[in-house]
Amino acid sequence: MTLPIPSGTRDVLPDEMRERDGVLDALRRTYRDHGYGEVSTPAVEYASVLERAGVDPDGAARPRFHTVDERGQTLVLRSDMTVPIARLVGSRFADAPTPIRLSYTANCYRGVTPGRGDAREVLQSGIELCGAPAPAGTVEALTVLVAALRAVGLDGGRVAVGDAAFFPGLLEGLDVAPDARDRVLHELATRDHVGLRRELDAALAPDVAARLAEVAGRRGGPEIVAETGDAQIDRAAAGLRELVAGLAPDVVDHVILDLGLTRRLGYYTGAVFEVFAPGIGHPIGGGGRYDDLLGRLGRDLPAVGFALDVDAVHTALVGTARGSWRQVGWDAPPGQPAPIPGEDA
Amino acid sequence: MNRFGLRIAVPRGTMLGETLDRLDRIGVPTAEVRDNDRRLLFDEAGIVTMRPSDVATYVEAGAADVGITGKDVLMEQAGRDVVELADLGYGPCRMVLASVAGDPDPAEEALRRLGHLRVATKYVRIATDYFERTGRQVELVKVNGSVELAPLTGLVDAIVDLTATGTTLRENGLVEREEIARSTARLIANPASHRLRAAGVDALREALLAD
Repeated sequence: MTLPIPSGTRDVLPDEMRERDGVLDALRRTYRDHGYGEVSTPAVEYASVLERAGVDPDGAARPRFHTVDERGQTLVLRSDMTVPIARLVGSRFADAPTPIRLSYTANCYRGVTPGRGDAREVLQSGIELCGAPAPAGTVEALTVLVAALRAVGLDGGRVAVGDAAFFPGLLEGLDVAPDARDRVLHELATRDHVGLRRELDAALAPDVAARLAEVAGRRGGPEIVAETGDAQIDRAAAGLRELVAGLAPDVVDHVILDLGLTRRLGYYTGAVFEVFAPGIGHPIGGGGRYDDLLGRLGRDLPAVGFALDVDAVHTALVGTARGSWRQVGWDAPPGQPAPIPGEDA
Repeated sequence: MNRFGLRIAVPRGTMLGETLDRLDRIGVPTAEVRDNDRRLLFDEAGIVTMRPSDVATYVEAGAADVGITGKDVLMEQAGRDVVELADLGYGPCRMVLASVAGDPDPAEEALRRLGHLRVATKYVRIATDYFERTGRQVELVKVNGSVELAPLTGLVDAIVDLTATGTTLRENGLVEREEIARSTARLIANPASHRLRAAGVDALREALLAD
């Protein structure tokens, strides 16, 4: 007899469990070595408490599973660990000296779109650094993130880094009306560069619109935030420039700056991260700065953090068993120039 | 592998010819694809062929770095995590609301007298969004092909479907009542490839737009 389990969930058997534990050991060791203390929070929380975070009701991070307790209070299964830890810091670390360094490894619960292979239950492992403002706090979080990728054996992993404040700041400086600005930011968040150009053309003079569309497509190393002499862009990119300046060389070479990368979760206010691994087409983790979130949950502190999807990390380590067609690795290994497109190999 | 170092998902169907012509002109060899109707994967050219509606699926998963498909597919599958890089301009078609020719419009009549409308479509999401946006109550009937048949047999009052020239609608005695959206071919990229193979992706985009 085979009894079903819900779609998007799965059982883990000993072979996989052993390998997964190896990944978790490496991650936990990294967090510990950087001074982070592990915490655990309940899987269920009061909806009324998590809602204070102001998570986008249509976003992926919205809790999907609700139930009602004995007193008629709505309980939700947590959809990420950032909001529960923000609650924890406000309630249990109300007077603790800053910065507060916390790590976690916990199951989170999401809704799924049928036919997409999404997981309802995601094992997330990550850190939250509370009370450390940009750029130093962001530098530390990225340093721990790259160390964690190395520790699990994913030295080929890369972190795309954008700034959720970059485009809003740029548009504000150009006196774009709030509703037009929201439309531009929506196109950026949905990664629609055709729609982005349309909205920019509608809101701005043609030459300015063309320049912003070009800026949104910029991604690469530190050179893309170097001073250009365009005062507005230079000012908006100052945050990323300071961040890169603070990173050690062996962290910078794992970072890909992306000026078009913006927030996809409602609470990010500054740097935003997306983590990629060779052979995996979707992000295996993410994070960023959320300087306003803790204030809404009781203790007003700037904060930054990241979470890795442990099963995605494991899949990346197992490698490319799925079809020889899939190309492994990036354009060029670190230290080697990328091939020049346009020249026949 | 082609000179851009990218796996390209190419749509079979009406957009295939124009897509291959353009790839040829920018230096991606497509002769093998043209000569071979049944094969799906062409390693040397870095091309994989599939139904247009599957392109976003492959690109989102990273099974192809970039792909070409219609805006209609991207609209119907909104929420797929792909980067929409460029409007390539060809393969123009329109998503329309159509009903049986005649005055009064049977769709309007159904709405007026029955308070709601039965609509057949392959594009459930686009249709749902459109009727919500325009404040009309509808009952959607999902069909998988020959949508024009549905209103003729009395299954529904109207259809939401894609039309390029309007010929099929006309030949089945249907007329366009409203235009919902316009669609053309789009270049899309996997978010990981977009960052990690940035040079190749940008070169391909520039070449296709300059063509």
